[in-house]
Amino acid sequence: MNLVKDPATFVNVFLVGLTQGMVYALVALGYTLVYGILQLINFAHGDVFALSGLVAFTVLTNLFGVDEASSNAISAVAIVLALAITMPLFALINASIEFIAYRPLRNAPRLAPLITAVGMSFIVQNIGLAMYDVNFRSASGLVPHTSVFTIGDVSYPWSKLAVILITIPVLLLLTWFVTQTRQGKAMRAVAQDQDAAAIMGVNVNRTISVTFALAGALAAVAGMLFLLQFNMRYDTGFELGLIAFTAAVLGGIGNLPGAVLGALIIGFIQAFNEGLGWHSPGSDWTRTIVFGILIAILVFRPQGLLGERTPEGA
Amino acid sequence: MSTEPEPEPERRSRVDDVTRRLRRQSLTGWPLATAIALLAVLYPTYIMSLQELETVGKYFPSLGDSVIVVVFTMMAVGLNVVVGYAGLLDLGYVAFYAAGAYTAAWFASQQFEQVTFHFGAVGIQPDVTGIHLSIWLILIIAGVFTTLVGILIGFPTLRLRGDYLAIVTLGFGEIIPQFVRNADNLHGFDLTHGTFGISPIDAPGFGETLSDSLGLPASYQASFDRDRLFYWTALFLLGVTVFACVRLRDSRLGRAWIAIREDETAAAAMGVPLMRTKTWAYAIGAFFGGVAGAFYASVKSGAFPADFFFNVSIFLLCMVILGGIGSVWGVILGGVILGWLNVAGLATIGTDLGIEDVPKYQFGIYGVIIVAVMLLRPTGLIPERRHQRELEEAVSDLPLYDAEHDASLGRGGEDRIRRG
Repeated sequence: MNLVKDPATFVNVFLVGLTQGMVYALVALGYTLVYGILQLINFAHGDVFALSGLVAFTVLTNLFGVDEASSNAISAVAIVLALAITMPLFALINASIEFIAYRPLRNAPRLAPLITAVGMSFIVQNIGLAMYDVNFRSASGLVPHTSVFTIGDVSYPWSKLAVILITIPVLLLLTWFVTQTRQGKAMRAVAQDQDAAAIMGVNVNRTISVTFALAGALAAVAGMLFLLQFNMRYDTGFELGLIAFTAAVLGGIGNLPGAVLGALIIGFIQAFNEGLGWHSPGSDWTRTIVFGILIAILVFRPQGLLGERTPEGA
Repeated sequence: MSTEPEPEPERRSRVDDVTRRLRRQSLTGWPLATAIALLAVLYPTYIMSLQELETVGKYFPSLGDSVIVVVFTMMAVGLNVVVGYAGLLDLGYVAFYAAGAYTAAWFASQQFEQVTFHFGAVGIQPDVTGIHLSIWLILIIAGVFTTLVGILIGFPTLRLRGDYLAIVTLGFGEIIPQFVRNADNLHGFDLTHGTFGISPIDAPGFGETLSDSLGLPASYQASFDRDRLFYWTALFLLGVTVFACVRLRDSRLGRAWIAIREDETAAAAMGVPLMRTKTWAYAIGAFFGGVAGAFYASVKSGAFPADFFFNVSIFLLCMVILGGIGSVWGVILGGVILGWLNVAGLATIGTDLGIEDVPKYQFGIYGVIIVAVMLLRPTGLIPERRHQRELEEAVSDLPLYDAEHDASLGRGGEDRIRRG
């Protein structure tokens, strides 16, 4: 049996997986940041991502009026400007969700904020439904699908390069923020021990708000990238959120490089499952495979690939 | 026997005191419960006159809708065993519903045309292919099968902490419907008939013999009182579920569940076997979900994969939360309110307000209910006494030093739990 029919298909599928993995990574980071600091699975995160993509669509088409006919330079500027609007907006929205729904339950039993998060997920999803109805939106026409380079039968389109061109700087910025700045240090301190951090003068509530804002901004970037690649509608965030959460768990929840690694692995698994259809179960089974991995990881290695064993990790 | 020493008089009286108080507590609610149960049982007799009332008449659900309300309430009461008693957040309860529905579909339809096996099915010609068992037998089979599914899911996952357990159950709740959708060609074998689902499913009934001797209906489908029969059967099943759940709560097992919910580490230290107790909660919750699913499939005369999606799990969870986590009567109230909103209420209210597509946003509305209840009244409409106390303590008591987040303490606790 031939696992790979020809090298070109293999490489093409590999590139699809890389692109998908990058989008998952941005959403997975949002889960992992919040989990790291509050030990809360923020179910609403996937839906915040979907809503941000839909809002980005409105900003691009209605506010800036760009469409497929616009020149590449104008599209690129519009995309960057749209990000400059949606990132702060969804940072604010995500921080507000924390303020309204999770903060009052900070000292409640552990299950209470988790249940509230499920409720928030449905609220955000239905806001998307109310604003955009059930139609799919996409802005894949804004990025050129012509090849950057072609080697044999392998071509690498600009649309996929755009994802990497946006994701890499965002990841570098995030790393710089978390490791180098004062606020990043406060975040790590609160994640390690809330009480000790508070004693040392860290403003815990503000740090948690900043974390949620950061996660919201990352979700907004992911929403934009998804919009440029695929179709999305109000409930896209549910499944993608679960996949991204799986990625975060796979890499070791609370661990930032782990989330990116897990997201890339999940992206490749999904791409190879769907792209090499003659040999693999195919897209009908993607969910089953992804959640199968999630369950297996949680049962056999709950700390994930890069995570350390913590009391919360079991 | 006679050598056994008599308990000291003082001690015995104290024990008696406690027993008497408990008995009194459990008896005070009964007159009200009986009255409500009677009203529910007699609903078919006065529904017509209620619906003829002006302005409010249209809010009363039809019998067909009431069956759905009762079935979903039954599932919610089953879910309450897992979430309310044992404190295990299960976001994939729909998997048990699906397992029950498909059990009914396998054993009471023409799905497996390779075999012809009849046992107690009513209104089916003897030469029809497929397995056709009596619906009453199927309800039990579905319960047992779903219990096994519950144990299979629970066994590897119940070691996990609350929030990880939630996500794993959610995963199973997603895997099982997808499996059902895709399992129409497992190496050429059609197990579930894919996206079309399995339909029709044989109607329930008691058969000619019982009909002649006891006056029970021979076949629901052939009866003119079809809706009433389904309604009363559903109510009977709900009654059995409620009785079982109330008795379970006061049993040794029930107290163990509540101990685990309140403090896992302390419960383990007191000798409660964690894994076994949790698995029981899972299995029993699954049992009722399976029976309800099988019955609902026979009401609908079909098992369709489109019915089994994540939102159903949340819908049931919302019933439990609105009514009061852990409180059986509260969950029934929550189930009736939300079930009614689901089948008829939202549409009727929407028409009244002049808004057309209120049902479209039903899950948004459930989301608002969940968040509002958790923030404003976390004990639900009818609080369970112990749970209320637990929450009040947790909210009012702000520890200077939180043991839960202490790595060294937590680690020790986890290890101990793992071995138990």
